[in-house]
Amino acid sequence: MDAVQQYLWSNAVGDLVPWPAQAEAVRQFGLTYDQVESLILEKGLLPARYQRNRTTVSIDEQLQLFKSRVAVIGCGGLGGYIIEELARLGVGQIVAIDPDIFEEHNLNRQLLASPASLGKAKVDAAAARVAEINPAVTLEAVKEAFTTANGKQLLQRVTVAVDALDSIGFRLELADVCTEMEIPMVYGAIGGWYGHVATQLPGDTTVQRTYRNWVEGKGIEKQLGNPAFTPAVVASLQVAEVCKILLGKGELLRHRKLSIDLLEMEIFEVSYEAPAELVRAA
Amino acid sequence: MNITVKLFATFRNGRFKMDHQDWPEGVDCRRIVASLGLTEEEIGIVLINGRHVPLDQVLGHGDTLSLFPLVGGG
Repeated sequence: MDAVQQYLWSNAVGDLVPWPAQAEAVRQFGLTYDQVESLILEKGLLPARYQRNRTTVSIDEQLQLFKSRVAVIGCGGLGGYIIEELARLGVGQIVAIDPDIFEEHNLNRQLLASPASLGKAKVDAAAARVAEINPAVTLEAVKEAFTTANGKQLLQRVTVAVDALDSIGFRLELADVCTEMEIPMVYGAIGGWYGHVATQLPGDTTVQRTYRNWVEGKGIEKQLGNPAFTPAVVASLQVAEVCKILLGKGELLRHRKLSIDLLEMEIFEVSYEAPAELVRAA
Repeated sequence: MNITVKLFATFRNGRFKMDHQDWPEGVDCRRIVASLGLTEEEIGIVLINGRHVPLDQVLGHGDTLSLFPLVGGG
């Protein structure tokens, strides 16, 4: 490893290691891109691709992101954008879970969908996209539906679970598995011009309370479908929450949920304070 | 008694954003939901004065009832 480190040091510009040097290190020393990124960050250097992160995410924090493992459950409208942003942010391991293949009606909004991908597995498109935009990120593709039956195995060693599901029933199963495994969950749901986003830490029941009146079926998305912009907005808010959870900074959307209306351009905050806290506040 | 009803997202279509309504004592959320032509299956969140309540919750004078539709897509 000394020779590799020597190579990376000598090719750094300031504390930035340019992409061609990383690619050459991979070739010359028979390493993988994630091994090279790990060596760079452990040395206190920064892969140059992250240079515009650095006032937002320090080198130490970039290493923290690189060591993180995030599960994205659903690779459709929300999931496509979430995976794209996590990979560009530099989250080292992504577990992408979705049983579906692309269909034509996905093309209006799903980032990973293209005419060429019709009929192909969404998780395979996710793996190909991540390999293309950030080869240092490892994406584990799971072509299965997430349920309480397989959930505990799928979320092994996961730091955060991101909800990009299109089914309320499966979403509640995800919330139950996250509660049981004490994994933070970033909830997102969309329909037409409207979206919800919230963060649930272990012990919270925001998602369960959001759907307390639900019996079966879909929400307004059944009639409204989803346009291009709503998943992008909600997914980006979710990734900002993931980033803060992984780095332990900022103020989370905890005990509150944003209800977003892009038609009226209104954001309403719904409180999910614990009952005891409400009493104290009163 | 006076109840303020606030509607969100698609519930506003053909209805209103906010309305001040007069209801008899003892009215519950379910009865107001029905009066708006909404089905219980459409209801996502029900708040009285910002707090989550079940549909059978009885309202008091001056309360604000907020209704949000179910949103579940991804």
